[in-house]
Amino acid sequence: MPSLKDLKNRIASVKATQKITKAMQMVAAAKLRRAQEAAEAARPYSQRMAAVMSNIAQAVGGGDDAPQLMTGTGKDDTHLLVVCTAERGMCGGFNSQIARFARDHVRRLLADGKTVKILCVGKKGYDILRREYASLIIERVDFRDVKQMSFAQAETVADKVMGLFDQGGFDVCTLFYSEFKSVISQVPTAQQLIPASAGPADADASASAIYDYEPSAEEILEDLLPRSIKVQIFRALLENVAGEMGAKMSAMDNATRNAGEMIDKLSMSYNRQRQAQITKELIEIISGAEAL
Amino acid sequence: MADSFNFELVSPERLLLSATVSEVVIPGTDGEMTVMAHHAPTMTTIKPGVVTVVAADGKSDRFVVFGGFVDILPEGCTLLAESAVAVADIDRNDLAKRLQDAREDVADATNDAAKQKAQEYLDHLTTMEAAL
Repeated sequence: MPSLKDLKNRIASVKATQKITKAMQMVAAAKLRRAQEAAEAARPYSQRMAAVMSNIAQAVGGGDDAPQLMTGTGKDDTHLLVVCTAERGMCGGFNSQIARFARDHVRRLLADGKTVKILCVGKKGYDILRREYASLIIERVDFRDVKQMSFAQAETVADKVMGLFDQGGFDVCTLFYSEFKSVISQVPTAQQLIPASAGPADADASASAIYDYEPSAEEILEDLLPRSIKVQIFRALLENVAGEMGAKMSAMDNATRNAGEMIDKLSMSYNRQRQAQITKELIEIISGAEAL
Repeated sequence: MADSFNFELVSPERLLLSATVSEVVIPGTDGEMTVMAHHAPTMTTIKPGVVTVVAADGKSDRFVVFGGFVDILPEGCTLLAESAVAVADIDRNDLAKRLQDAREDVADATNDAAKQKAQEYLDHLTTMEAAL
């Protein structure tokens, strides 16, 4: 049985922890709103980009002169996985969810006899994947000191990926991130970056037929594809930030509540013990007085 | 008065402008072009430069864009810029940094094609800076 003093100390420390988790929850809530706004603001661009891409892809078709980023290398041997996770922990299962999803993918690819390379974006994913696949990780990108995800960050990642592709470093590139569904639900998602999938065919294919291209459609497509990859990575990063904050918010909410319950329990036993001690002292005094 | 149409200026981070305008001057890769209502559907890439937007009420706005492309449809015109800033908000230091980066790119380019591309970009930037 812990002494009264011990109990008091424990209550104090749990209270301090509760204060911290509560503050973290509030910070996460504020950041979540910002992240959601950023994700929303980026949406028009990616939507238009997708529309234009499918339009132009139709015009160019899968001809031989289509750029390699779109057709791929024609092989399927080396896979590059870009795994985007958060920089910080304290957000429930958010990071491990993405890492586990990527790990399953790696296992499947390895079982099929493919070569796998991993590019880690974010520290946490690196920490987790390093345990098992340290030899497969070719590079890691950290955005630790980045306050607000901007397009420049997506560009650094995209440039790395495309540089590797130009050197023939891989055949297929898949992006792993967590899709932000709601504050309590983030779904790990895999998205193929290279070769670019043309996306769903546009309903009014006739609209693309009368387009004028300046310079030629092929040249525009060549210019567009890298941009589209950047946009997809940017979107993934934004979704990740929003998801991380959502996960952190609910994790910290849980922690605060747990701390509250713990405090209740501890105060209960503290009060009981104090009462027991008072009763004991009273009995001692009374029986002492009676003995006289 | 000329007919007006919808114009949207979008950067990856946000929607900068969505307005009804009567004409837009775009720095296309193959040369400057002015888009007015009922323009033929066109898609073109743009070089770094200044976009001039003349609103339906005659007010004109200028934006600096750094590469991107334009999609002109009968319903309207969309400019997807890699990054865009209103001329009034342009940050000289940022511009100087971009110029510096471009110069380094030219110096670092390993093959002729990359070098040429970097050089072109630098030229566009220099012209633009002079124009501001």
